[in-house]
Amino acid sequence: MAARIDPILGRYVHVSLAGRPHRIYFEEAGQGIPLVCLHTAGADGRQFRHLMTDPAVTGHFRVIAFDMPWHGKSTPPDGWEREEYRLTTESYTEAIRTFCAALELEKPVVLGCSIGGRIVLNLAIAHAAEFRALVGLESAEFQESWYDTEWLHRPDVHGSEVCAGLVSGLMAPQSPEVPRWETLWMYMQGGPGVFKGDLYFYRVEGDLRGLVGRIDTQICPLYLLTGEYDYSCTPEDTKRTAAQIPGAEVVVMKEVGHFPMSENPAQFRRYILPVLERIRGQKEKS
Amino acid sequence: MTGISASLLGRFEAVPALANADAWLMRRGRFLSTDCLVGIGTVPYRLAIEHGRIARCERGPFVMPSWTFAIRGEAEAWERHWEPMPAPHYHDIFALSKRGLLRIEGDLHPLMANVFYFKTLLALPRRQAGRG
Repeated sequence: MAARIDPILGRYVHVSLAGRPHRIYFEEAGQGIPLVCLHTAGADGRQFRHLMTDPAVTGHFRVIAFDMPWHGKSTPPDGWEREEYRLTTESYTEAIRTFCAALELEKPVVLGCSIGGRIVLNLAIAHAAEFRALVGLESAEFQESWYDTEWLHRPDVHGSEVCAGLVSGLMAPQSPEVPRWETLWMYMQGGPGVFKGDLYFYRVEGDLRGLVGRIDTQICPLYLLTGEYDYSCTPEDTKRTAAQIPGAEVVVMKEVGHFPMSENPAQFRRYILPVLERIRGQKEKS
Repeated sequence: MTGISASLLGRFEAVPALANADAWLMRRGRFLSTDCLVGIGTVPYRLAIEHGRIARCERGPFVMPSWTFAIRGEAEAWERHWEPMPAPHYHDIFALSKRGLLRIEGDLHPLMANVFYFKTLLALPRRQAGRG
């Protein structure tokens, strides 16, 4: 009997970010419109493995997920041991645009979750013409904090346990046990201080209040989908953000939380497939 | 205990037996020994935890109680947290905290070093669906 092999290919691309060489790991599956997926803080591109094995998606989209620098199988930059990792709006935006350019992607769709949902707003603000459409999952221009991130990286608390333990409650109780714990496993595998460094962007530096009103959805359509159980980025946060952006579309997803694509892939596809269908239709019009 | 039903308190008072019979929780908590205070509405409980096992659960009021950290929630918040399928924002203690329905105070190290343990412990009454 032939082995069951996922149709996902993983490779490394060498790029320069902020003048330093980086070796970035990415996976891809499918053919068609480039769909670049951005994982959540402290995690990696494996969160999109279900999207990458869904023929309804891969039949029309080239789904690509890269591990952010310091995350997953992407090598941290030389000298990482002597610095504190901190993601910023500038470094995150540079990483995405550089990756897309390195792969010579023509007007990709970018879909990002959580910090990825925040940064797609900045892509819409500053670089909309480069993208076919932008999709923010669990996306808002700002959210209130709900814990002290100092707990995430200190020698007397196990980083894997506390990172996964904190985010565990962001998932919906309806999400099945197996994908819930797989989602947490990814959090348990993050490097020390990396989740905290991502949250520097999310909580401190990357506040986009007052800026999202500049987004022109005529240049690049913007879709915002948020799970009803997400109390980090609540549906109210997303609606408040969208209310400032003419043409932005909001979908509140039932029975999912902060990690829709990995905590409950079956439920997520009910919401994302119609959005991807519309993006395909938009392409045919252009 | 104005406004707090005896059945709600009874559900919390069942926690030690449920916890001590839960092998997964006992393994999770094997390095945990602490005293914490849990407030169910206006009724405080003091839990003495020894190597993950609930050694004592004392019901207040207390005179000058000592504890390492405290988690105090409104009665309705616990009631909704303990529903078999809790509604959004009632499904996690940090969600309740963010909504201002629960307060987490004190030396939080034992809590943060054992987040899975305490989240599981404080959700144990869900296993008694129908009793509340």
